[in-house]
Amino acid sequence: MEIYLHEGFFVFTELFLMGNCRVHTAVKRRRLYQPNNFAQKRGVHMKTTPITEWHQNHGGKLVEFGGFYMPIDYGSIKDEHIAVRERVGIFDVSHMGEFLVRGPEAAEYLDYLVTNIPSGLEPGQALYSPMCYPDGGTVDDLLIYRISDTEFMMVVNASNIDKDWAWVMDHKSDWSSLELTNVSDTMGLLAIQGPKAQELLQPLTTINLSGLGYYHFVPGTVITDVSVLLSRTGYTGEDGFELYVAAPEALALWEQLVDRGALPIGLGARDTLRLEARLPLYGHELSESITPLEAGLGPFVRLKNKTNFIGRDALERQKSQGLTRKIVGLEIHGGIARAGYQVSDSTGQVVGVVTSGTYSPTLKTAIALALVPLELASIGTGLAVNIRGREVLATVVKTPFYRRT
Amino acid sequence: MNLPKNLRYTTDHEWIDEEGRVGITEYAQEALGDVVFVELPQVGRSLKAGEAFGVVESVKSVSDLYSPVAGVVVAVNIELSSQPELVNLDPYGAGWIIKLDPEMDSAELLLADAYRSQIEGA
Repeated sequence: MEIYLHEGFFVFTELFLMGNCRVHTAVKRRRLYQPNNFAQKRGVHMKTTPITEWHQNHGGKLVEFGGFYMPIDYGSIKDEHIAVRERVGIFDVSHMGEFLVRGPEAAEYLDYLVTNIPSGLEPGQALYSPMCYPDGGTVDDLLIYRISDTEFMMVVNASNIDKDWAWVMDHKSDWSSLELTNVSDTMGLLAIQGPKAQELLQPLTTINLSGLGYYHFVPGTVITDVSVLLSRTGYTGEDGFELYVAAPEALALWEQLVDRGALPIGLGARDTLRLEARLPLYGHELSESITPLEAGLGPFVRLKNKTNFIGRDALERQKSQGLTRKIVGLEIHGGIARAGYQVSDSTGQVVGVVTSGTYSPTLKTAIALALVPLELASIGTGLAVNIRGREVLATVVKTPFYRRT
Repeated sequence: MNLPKNLRYTTDHEWIDEEGRVGITEYAQEALGDVVFVELPQVGRSLKAGEAFGVVESVKSVSDLYSPVAGVVVAVNIELSSQPELVNLDPYGAGWIIKLDPEMDSAELLLADAYRSQIEGA
């Protein structure tokens, strides 16, 4: 089967990939869906997940994301979004990267590497953390799982796997006994998210899901004999689970869960879901030039409890001098604000930039996150977003835009 | 795919009918996904053939709309301001976008069969 990418979807990919550069590039508009042959992209090495072929055969519109062919949707981003808010959906997030960190010094090493405190985890617990450069800019944001006293797993963004791997290897030298392994290519990852996630999953496993707390995980089996690491985590603002599974078993597990009623969800709805829940996306709300403090991730930067970690001095200074800019939520009145669009104040002066923007299927309005000067960051402030030459009114609103009840 | 015989089509996936009404095709709305915003032109604006006159936004993409022929915009579908999803639900009916007073014949545009082979052969 020949597969076609549509120009319009490249916009999406570009938004995601603005990554390391500052997000000032204006979004280019496209002619309506000129089909673009996949072959043109074949020169670039594109990775697949164990489930890519299934997506192709089941109506998934595939796009390039973070070096992988990934489904953006299976027909309707809105319907998929609503399914996760109201019932249960399943995401193939096997493109995410996983590094194992082993050795008696693993906890101390990770404490130095990231801004949160992995050494404080009990085995079976996970945490979210930014990882910074010495200047406070962000290398990536990640999850860290403590598997045992001396063994951890880092879960990193797909588009940052190579960069992060180089970074962790560069900083390993002071800890000679450390053993680092990049297992990204051998691991599949499925996310089951939504209010019915537990109901769907419980009959398929002997793990007692009610007893599994948020950001806790256990090794176990699902569907009689598939070994997984099952964690109560996610990127949607709903209850849910993530299942780490050996790549060769990922497809069979996916099919079983879909058969049991989990609706396949593409990256499009993953983005609208995370944006409503105000979860940051690397390359948008966080980047080499945006610190975790500016992104509103202060609680994950443990300045008080940790004397030495990469970026500490710069972040301490930024905190004591006070932020000059921060990420805020916007509600847009008359159009969709997209990443890269300029934000101006009431005098028409350009003061900031939209980092992520979309239509919110839950609120049925356009929402965005934007980086703006601190003095324009309070709730209710009237700003404007330049949408194709028009100044469209935008109001700073409370985030998250959506919180599950 | 539904491609009514009475319409003329462009390679940019717009259609125009005998009365000068313009919209996007079934193929286009399907490729776009859920339409969530349509930017409409001013009534009275004069358009050249192929000129961008508006924008249709889905959750994840922004696409220009191009005029199939030269003409003056005599009406816009104001319903789309509150119900942009009409473009998905009824692309050849309630989802029409503008109405033109054409200054030229649309006879040179594609017939349904020619457009069909265009999208199927693409």
